[in-house]
Amino acid sequence: MERSVTNIRLAGVGGQGIIVASEVLCEALLGSRFDVKKSEVHGMAQRGGTVNSDVRFGERVYSPTIPHGDAHILLAFEQMESLRYLPSLKAGGTVIVNRQRILPGAVSSGKAVYPGGIEETLRARAGRVICIDALSLAREAGSIRSVNVCLLGALSAMLPIEEELWQSVITQRFKNKGLEANLKAFQMGYQAARKD
Amino acid sequence: MKTTVLLSGNQAIARGAYESGVRVAAGYPGTPSTEVLENIINYQGVYAEWAPNEKVALEVAIGASLGGARALATMKHVGVNVAADPLLTVAYTGVGGGLVLLSADDPGMHSSQNEQDNRHYARFAKIPMLEPSDSQEAKDFTIRAFELSETFDTPVLLRTTTRVNHGKSVVQLSLPKTPQPRKFERNLQKNVMIPAYGMKRHVVVEERTARLKEFAETTDLNSVEWGDRAVGVITSGISYEYVKEALPDASILKLGITWPLPEGLIQNFAKGVEKLYVVEELDPFLEDQIKAMGIDVTGKERFPIIGELNPKIVAAGFKGESFTAPAPPELPARPPVLCPGCPHRGFFYTLNKLKAVVTGDIGCYTLSVLPPLEAIDTCVCMGASIGNAMGMKRAMPGDDDRPVVAVLGDSTFIHSGITGLIDAVYNNTPVTICILDNSITAMTGGQDNPSTGKTLMGEDAPALNLAALCRAVGVQDVLTVDPYNLDATEKALRYATGTGKPSVVITSRPCLLIKKAKRSAAPAVDKEKCTGCGLCLKLGCPAIETEEGEGRRKARINPDLCTGCNVCTQVCRLGAFGGTE
Ligand SMILES: Cc1ncc(C[n+]2csc(CCOP(=O)(O)OP(=O)(O)O)c2C)c(N)n1
Repeated sequence: MERSVTNIRLAGVGGQGIIVASEVLCEALLGSRFDVKKSEVHGMAQRGGTVNSDVRFGERVYSPTIPHGDAHILLAFEQMESLRYLPSLKAGGTVIVNRQRILPGAVSSGKAVYPGGIEETLRARAGRVICIDALSLAREAGSIRSVNVCLLGALSAMLPIEEELWQSVITQRFKNKGLEANLKAFQMGYQAARKD
Repeated sequence: MKTTVLLSGNQAIARGAYESGVRVAAGYPGTPSTEVLENIINYQGVYAEWAPNEKVALEVAIGASLGGARALATMKHVGVNVAADPLLTVAYTGVGGGLVLLSADDPGMHSSQNEQDNRHYARFAKIPMLEPSDSQEAKDFTIRAFELSETFDTPVLLRTTTRVNHGKSVVQLSLPKTPQPRKFERNLQKNVMIPAYGMKRHVVVEERTARLKEFAETTDLNSVEWGDRAVGVITSGISYEYVKEALPDASILKLGITWPLPEGLIQNFAKGVEKLYVVEELDPFLEDQIKAMGIDVTGKERFPIIGELNPKIVAAGFKGESFTAPAPPELPARPPVLCPGCPHRGFFYTLNKLKAVVTGDIGCYTLSVLPPLEAIDTCVCMGASIGNAMGMKRAMPGDDDRPVVAVLGDSTFIHSGITGLIDAVYNNTPVTICILDNSITAMTGGQDNPSTGKTLMGEDAPALNLAALCRAVGVQDVLTVDPYNLDATEKALRYATGTGKPSVVITSRPCLLIKKAKRSAAPAVDKEKCTGCGLCLKLGCPAIETEEGEGRRKARINPDLCTGCNVCTQVCRLGAFGGTE
């Protein structure tokens, strides 16, 4: 939107920590004194369905949902989901995609095939595509549960939020559980996005 | 204390209730309302409870209000149907302490069986209605609703929609205030609604409505934002946000109180603009009333009556166009499924063998309608399965000997199934009622209920014994089985459907996901024995995959997903599943 609102759509599969990631992101944005809104639909999240969360920030945000086709950044937690949500990306926008594949039932039981050529399809619409091996990075950081924070690290390379603020928000959120791995995963995601 | 925070609408409503000094809150879970009570228990001095259904929840809140406390009742839109009986009469009695009813509507039906527009309830019950647009307003309007309730001696409807309840935005916190202490005062003519007294109260209600109309004319709950006078828009709730985004320069009359409407304010606004629109989700609730004021206004001919609005739909509507998001790319879908290890799965697989007519109900088990199980034939509303089964049985021609089976969960049975069961016994209708007791209200995210042994406040409670209850209402055959044991389940179902009398089968197994029940090792698949026949795939278990390759693909278990329920082991006729990896 021309009125200087930035739109980020997070998308993936239930269980990947997408909602937690969008909460952490919003806290960091709020700490950076932006007006922030986010929206997602709860309910089916735990049951293996697709999950998406819209985050919008700027001077003044109205709608909590991103107008169709206006996402500046698509942060995809799973490869195929990056395709599903690609139409919501503004032409020329950025896609950050986790290389992880989670097979839907129809694929694992042989009734459908997992799409190929995903990166090429993304590049055809997006101005920039960053591929991250978040699962391996998270494993290396100490916990595969940190995939979501690793992807936030990659996203952080695109956002006007200070490093210390990210750290304090992550510390606040994970102080009782897996803090070290999350901080490390965040850094690794950030470095990977910068190198890409 | 941090005073600027990010809250969901539901967290903000809980906070607003707390800042209002609410003492009693009652509700029944239902998306998108559930988190209000889940959050309110974090505040000192608030008693909150899950009631068995919405009617009881509202009645508890009414009692608390008459008793002098500020009280809140929360529910989803269809829950208000259940609570409509007390609602339409408490509108006559009025309140003691402030009484607010939250109706969380679900345009777009993200997780509901219909998309009814509960604004009609405000007009129907003749009670004022407030509609917040974001989390700050969700908090502020909750506080205003309690004040309004006491000032006008009326319950107040706080009406929200999914995007307000589940959206998060910035909120300024304040300190809680202690309301004027009140206590129950006996007043028979006001609180006992026999016809003679009720008729007098109806007069009071009409007078109150007239005063509320005057209030609506001047309150700052409504506001005019003058901009470009060529276009004026009357709107409320989440639609306001979409309008601001689609037409930032238009003149806007934002209504915070949407019943009763301020006719003078609307007439003035209409005169001040060249072309007037109403932008509202779902029904032409505002539009019809504004037209009845003799004002020329454009609404539903431009903005759809079905589904949610969004900025693009609204922008297109102003241009006289329509917007439909392009169809998503064709990709393998990820529909919601019964979880791996869900105790409902084996039950439905077994039930399918009986070729029964199955009246379904609302809960996780409704997911069994999807392929491959496709195990239920009807689903109307919570508790309907039992009544539906009895009617179905009565309608069946004598030569149709299919058994009729009703299926519902523990929470749903307690919500509104028990009366149906009493009917089955009373009228001796030979149907089989299956209560899938997973010891939780799972579909809505895992709330306690009278059968789980815990309260919302986290205290221990006597766990309702469902089998004893069914026997007590006069069911002679009440069988309890472990749904992981398919033979036992089949035996029980065959017996129960053959008695010629009403019967009950209770499947007893806690929800794996929420109750974090013990998991076992995944069975191994013997590749020699597996022929790729595909029978196990009829279970629709996400943990059962097939080997890559052409033709008949052999089964494979995904150990990351498998919980070791071993239902597949029992289904395989070739004995290919078994042992451990
Ligand atoms: C009148 C009404 N209130 C609330 C809901 C929301 N709701 C849907 S399913 C459900 C409860 C399901 O619990 P249960 O019957 O125990 O089945 P489970 O999901 O645990 O299998 C609720 C509360 C609704 N659909 N209708």
